[in-house]
Amino acid sequence: MFTFTVRRLLFAVPTLLAISFIIFALLDLAPSDPLSDLPLTIPPEVREQIRLAMGLDQPFIIRYFKWLQQFFINEPLNIFEQITGITVGSGERMRVLSWATRSPVVDLIVQRLPQTLWVVGLSYLFGVLIAIPIGVISAYRQYSWFDQIGTFVSMVGYSVPTFFTGVLLIVVFSSWLQWFPSIYDTTLVVNSWDSFILQVKQMFLPVLVLTLFNVSQISRFVRASMLDNLNMDYVRTARAKGVKEKIVLLVHVLRNSLIPVVTVIALGVPTIFSGAIITEQVFRVNGLGQLLITAIQGADIPLVQTLTFIFAILIVLFNLIADVLYGILDPRIRYE
Amino acid sequence: MSDAAIATTGAPVPQTRPQSGGFWPMLWRQFRAHKGGVAGLVVFTFIVAAVFIGPYIHTIDPAKLDIRAKNQGPSWEHPFGTDNLGRDMLAQVLAGGQISLAVGMAAMLLALVVGTLVGVLSGYSRKLDGPLMRFTDLFLALPLLPLLLVIIMLFRDTLRTAFGPETGIFILIVFVIGITSWMHTARIVRGDVLAIKSQEFILAAKSSGMREHRIIIKHILPNVMSSIMVSATLGIATAIITESALSFLGLGFPPDFPTWGRLLFDGANFLQINPSRVLWPGLAISLTVLSVNYIGDAIRDALDPKALKH
Repeated sequence: MFTFTVRRLLFAVPTLLAISFIIFALLDLAPSDPLSDLPLTIPPEVREQIRLAMGLDQPFIIRYFKWLQQFFINEPLNIFEQITGITVGSGERMRVLSWATRSPVVDLIVQRLPQTLWVVGLSYLFGVLIAIPIGVISAYRQYSWFDQIGTFVSMVGYSVPTFFTGVLLIVVFSSWLQWFPSIYDTTLVVNSWDSFILQVKQMFLPVLVLTLFNVSQISRFVRASMLDNLNMDYVRTARAKGVKEKIVLLVHVLRNSLIPVVTVIALGVPTIFSGAIITEQVFRVNGLGQLLITAIQGADIPLVQTLTFIFAILIVLFNLIADVLYGILDPRIRYE
Repeated sequence: MSDAAIATTGAPVPQTRPQSGGFWPMLWRQFRAHKGGVAGLVVFTFIVAAVFIGPYIHTIDPAKLDIRAKNQGPSWEHPFGTDNLGRDMLAQVLAGGQISLAVGMAAMLLALVVGTLVGVLSGYSRKLDGPLMRFTDLFLALPLLPLLLVIIMLFRDTLRTAFGPETGIFILIVFVIGITSWMHTARIVRGDVLAIKSQEFILAAKSSGMREHRIIIKHILPNVMSSIMVSATLGIATAIITESALSFLGLGFPPDFPTWGRLLFDGANFLQINPSRVLWPGLAISLTVLSVNYIGDAIRDALDPKALKH
């Protein structure tokens, strides 16, 4: 198991390097000028100096390696210094700077991360907590009315895009009923009961939209996996030797069915981050997704490169976690 | 057809299994048993027919401005109402549907071709298997939605000048959606090809001196058709959702060029005045995707040997 994990970790390094190269090359070699948004009145020599300040005069490969060094060595060292207070070396190093704001990209990401984590994390947690009971009941009572309705609703939730459910919920709950605000206010400071209620209210709609989507996706997997296990011989054996039905279902079958579900949940984490891009846009949550969209619209190449690469790291990381979890949870799986 | 039957009769063998005909009649019979699939097929056929025949019945030009009749509710003249510039919503939804469906189909076809090619090559040739599958894994690890947005942002203007505003963006969107959604098809097809390759009829074809590419076209491709079909239906659904998501983020088709996602995006700003502007395109996307997903489910069930009902 340990050697497997180490080998997978080692394999992740070339994958990430390849992805970083693809992302960097795609953005860098694209036929668009990063200065095209600047006013035409800027004289050519000033333009040339702006280019120099952006580091655009150097060849492509040099810029790529510089970016790699900044991303993999300089920024982690900075974070390390901030946490521990120990200064490594001179403490002066090049950082990845956003072109639009001239501030380090990592600082921007740290500002935006909490909002995304709260909204996405909560909706994923609720999604899992609601989906498992629904999946279990619909598999146990297959073809009952609960199963029929549950399967239909999860199919609808899976098919209807989040930008439509979001807008629909805004129409119903913000526009007609006026129960919840339609825009997420990030400047709200939670320091009293009233502000806490406001925070819950403004988080309600985005979390609801993402939860609906997650529930419908995960409950389908739980149901399918439960159905596979319910017909197994060990279930018949357990019933034959007189184990109570509740224990058969919740201990024997559920434990075995959750093995593939856990991996699906782990694999879904990165997709939910990129799926949240749309939901954040609908509800104006200024999280990572909105940062990416504004960066793309403003052609802020370093910010886009770094954010996209962070999404890629998330995918590789959670693939790894899913593989390792599978090995730990299922003793039948042996990685040689 | 069994050996015993040939030995005893010698004449053309009577059908021993009257139920099973060819592949397609059998598939259709299994498909019909799935209620959701049939409903999905009906709804999808209706949407396709409405979108492509509808403009001949409801003949208002979707781009015609009529400022005096702006933001109207439903009436006989404008069944879905009008938008803030007085354009007819029904005509726009129909016109948008043509583009959304065309993008969905074209992107799905591109993904299928690439996916099948990669899958068949890596399943059939042992030498190509390793590199091609690593390549597929690499694509699966790319953050697709951010990359799609980035590619469109970067290449939009170049393609627009090269092919004109509409064709350019159409080619770009179809290309990026197709090129980022072939991986699952490739994996499924590879698995199927690996299973088929080891069967005797391939060996027989090889020993009869059949060329490799003929074996692939004549023997392997027809046998992986079923899983390709399931990928195809699900591929349309994802392509339509992706296109509307891109348009919704403002990075899809230009504003004067309606697609369902674009109409939804434009309508979202007029939510308070006219909620139906969001409702109709949203419903159209959702119904299409839902029906396509049900069709895909039904085809998968019909082709699943475990669920075979005689």
